[in-house]
Amino acid sequence: MSKSLSQIVLPVAGGTALALSLALVVANLDYGQNKISSLEGRLEQASMRADEAAGKAREEAAVTAELEAKIAEIQADAKVRAASNPGLTEYAPKRESGYGLGRKARTEEIAAWDIDVLPDGRGLPQGRGDVFTGEEVFAEKCASCHGDFAEGVDNWPVLAGGFDTLADKDPVKTVGSYWPHLSTVWDYVHRSMPFGEAQTLTPDETYAIVAYILYSNDLVDDEFELSHENFSGFEMYNKGGFLIDDRPEREYARWSSEPCMENCKPSVEITMRATFLDVTPENGGESVMNDAKADDTPTFVAKAATSDATGGEAETAAPSPAIDPALLASGEKVFKKCKACHAVGEGAKNKSGPQLNGLIGRPMGAVEGFKYSKVFVAAHGEGRIWDETALTEFLAKPKSYMKGTKMSFSGLKKEEDLAAIKAYLKSFGE
Amino acid sequence: MDSKMKTSRRTFLKGSVALAGGSVAGAAVANEADPLITEVQEWASATGVGVDETPYGMPISFEKDVVRRNVEWLTASPISSINFTPIHALDGTITPQGCAFERHHSGAIELRKEDFRLMVNGLVDTPLVFSYQDLERFPRENHVYFCECAANTGMEWAGAQLNGAQFTHGMIHNMEYTGVPLRTLLNEAGLGAAGDLTGKWVYVEGADASSNGRSIPMEKALDDVLVAFKANGEALRMEHGYPVRLVVPGWEGNMWVKWLRRIEVTDAAVESREETSKYTDVYEDGTARKWTWVMDAKSVITSPSPQMPVSHAPGPMVISGLAWSGHGKITRVDVSRDGGITWQKARLGKQGDSKALTRFYLDGDWDGKAMLLQSRAMDETGYVQPTKQQLRDSRGENSVYHNNCIQTWYVDENGVVENVEVS
Ligand code: HEC
Ligand code: HEC
Repeated sequence: MSKSLSQIVLPVAGGTALALSLALVVANLDYGQNKISSLEGRLEQASMRADEAAGKAREEAAVTAELEAKIAEIQADAKVRAASNPGLTEYAPKRESGYGLGRKARTEEIAAWDIDVLPDGRGLPQGRGDVFTGEEVFAEKCASCHGDFAEGVDNWPVLAGGFDTLADKDPVKTVGSYWPHLSTVWDYVHRSMPFGEAQTLTPDETYAIVAYILYSNDLVDDEFELSHENFSGFEMYNKGGFLIDDRPEREYARWSSEPCMENCKPSVEITMRATFLDVTPENGGESVMNDAKADDTPTFVAKAATSDATGGEAETAAPSPAIDPALLASGEKVFKKCKACHAVGEGAKNKSGPQLNGLIGRPMGAVEGFKYSKVFVAAHGEGRIWDETALTEFLAKPKSYMKGTKMSFSGLKKEEDLAAIKAYLKSFGE
Repeated sequence: MDSKMKTSRRTFLKGSVALAGGSVAGAAVANEADPLITEVQEWASATGVGVDETPYGMPISFEKDVVRRNVEWLTASPISSINFTPIHALDGTITPQGCAFERHHSGAIELRKEDFRLMVNGLVDTPLVFSYQDLERFPRENHVYFCECAANTGMEWAGAQLNGAQFTHGMIHNMEYTGVPLRTLLNEAGLGAAGDLTGKWVYVEGADASSNGRSIPMEKALDDVLVAFKANGEALRMEHGYPVRLVVPGWEGNMWVKWLRRIEVTDAAVESREETSKYTDVYEDGTARKWTWVMDAKSVITSPSPQMPVSHAPGPMVISGLAWSGHGKITRVDVSRDGGITWQKARLGKQGDSKALTRFYLDGDWDGKAMLLQSRAMDETGYVQPTKQQLRDSRGENSVYHNNCIQTWYVDENGVVENVEVS
């Protein structure tokens, strides 16, 4: 009995999903008990008469058959459950009538947040602005990054020009050359610019700026005024330049055949090697350095490698040794927040913010060739000087210390950061 | 503690020299007894650090190089920028949140759960506002998905540029998300007002200064999009949109709006800046493709790779990498050691999940000779990852996004690895 049972049980128990149900079946048949009393059983069997033995055998066969049937049933059931993933990865239920969660949005709330403008002009508020006004607002709020003529400063986005470059290898994609809808310009400037002071432009200012950007792109003349009335009539230069994703027809069918595994091409040569690596981890640095010798390096030169060399090298200039090196190190880290706009150190040039060499003791707004905002020009006129206190207050809250500054930076909140950045800047001369 | 550290480090160095000697000599033959074994080590005698030393644990200091890194010249400012997941140093498929790449258009913001509001408006029966707590009361689901920036590998269109899988392929991460299906929230507001749902859209935007609005066709919105609030079991990180982000399985990362604040049902695509000026693909003739949402099948060998040179002698060697497809499951990955002349089927670490990273391995021996390593993914639609040449022939080189080409690593006799292009 025990033998025949285990013969049935073991192969099936191989499927772990069934283990639990099988344990139940086995328990019902008193498998354990049978085993324990097997000695007595053998004794009894020995004294059994032939017909009794035959009867017992028949019984056993019946039980076995029953068991087999049961197991088949469990297996079939498990298959069905496995196919339908019982309760395990079921999708979240859905209540047709809803859950009654959330509250009704108020009209003024929707008005405050629902400010998107669609290509047909839906969503635009009423208002107007001309090129002339736009030029003024742009000079004040946008030019420090995008340039007086929207031509882009340093690495900041170019907003004008680039016409007929889209088929070039390095297309210049600007509002003028690339953007298909005027609504996008209005919507984006209104919701996301100026960078660091988003959602502060009035509708009239936005109309004016958009008119000026069109003017910078030679798409309108200097008399042009943009308003909610003439908006939807305006057609962008690249309006017809966009088609819908055609990868399915263009590529998917062609690239879905059984791929080659052997002798797929006669030979392979290296045609180009990467020669530029921007970041070298401090440890194991040698492993990532490119060892390509001069004679076999490719002609390709990463264009931005050069711009990095002119702009960002400043922090490697040797700092004066008197200062706590740990503080200097964290100062260098904090300066990462400034780096996009400022350079410091030997040969530091103005970026979208002035270079910061010898800052402490330097008159405010004093870097030659840098176009400061009115408030800095005024501070310079008053002969104000950068000392530690002034610098701390300015960097903690640039906009409130220098009302009207064009430095789009929200300020350093932590005392440690302020102390560190001061130590760091001081290391480049006082 | 300091002096303890020093002693153990010295012993450790001695030990590793002995070990290195052993490995040069071939298999397990040591020239002398290993002091790491024969001498009682500091850590085997003194006690270690108690519980509560770090209430939230960070990786051990020896792993401090396994971090996100950025390439500064790519963008004008770190506030509108991207960094890269150290995929070269990870194994398995799940990306720990702390080293999962970041991409911000106006910096990462600190938004408290208490200050979180999610509005559903537009063509719905009842415009609604949900609090964070409301979201936690809807039935939720768990799914693992990859999130890949459309610009991943974008620098490589013109040629081999960056030396490291982290930099060529690290704009990707793979997490287990917990969230509420977007369809549940749309159903809550009622789609009756939208009428026929064909040609309808869902416009989503975030609470940060960029707001990063994107339009998603209704069909996808009702399919597998999640409004997620947990990743890998814990709250989302600030840089990934805490407290709530959108998960748009298989589609480009820019659509996975972070700090989600508004969902609007519309009858047209908004054609926002992020779906016109950016995240559109310029082809050779100067025309652009828009609505290129799906991330096609792609793979890369993460080790060896330029940051993971072969540091051992010839003999047993594990080649490992990642494969994924925005169309569904990865069904097969082939690896070539000779730049694509012959290919071998790799072993999948685990049967691929749909729209999630799949790990693959090629186990074999390195003969100590130079190799040109490539991997080629196939997904359940039968699509085969293309070569760079196939992609260029189809689209040209003007594009920035959706570069899913086969990557080549050149491994020289010393085990140094380099990013190259081959004929
Ligand atoms: C502090 C620097 C800064 C200032 C000031 C600024 N911008 Fe920007 N602008 C940026 C950055 C950075 C981006 C790119 C943001 C991103 O990556 O999402 C950008 C993007 C843009 C774009 C989209 C460019 C494209 O090709 O997609 C437009 C249009 C624009 N700005 C207009 C303006 C206008 C108008 C103003 C003034 C009201 C302004 N900006 C002020 C930094 C600035
Ligand atoms: C987004 C660009 C930007 C960032 C980021 C930025 N700045 Fe500025 N900064 C400017 C601009 C622009 C000015 C000129 C201000 C003006 O004319 O109103 C300026 C001015 C200054 C000045 C005055 C210089 C002078 O000549 O009087 C100091 C000091 C300064 N920044 C320090 C910092 C430090 C330190 C940081 C980082 C913690 C920082 N800035 C971050 C753009 C920036």
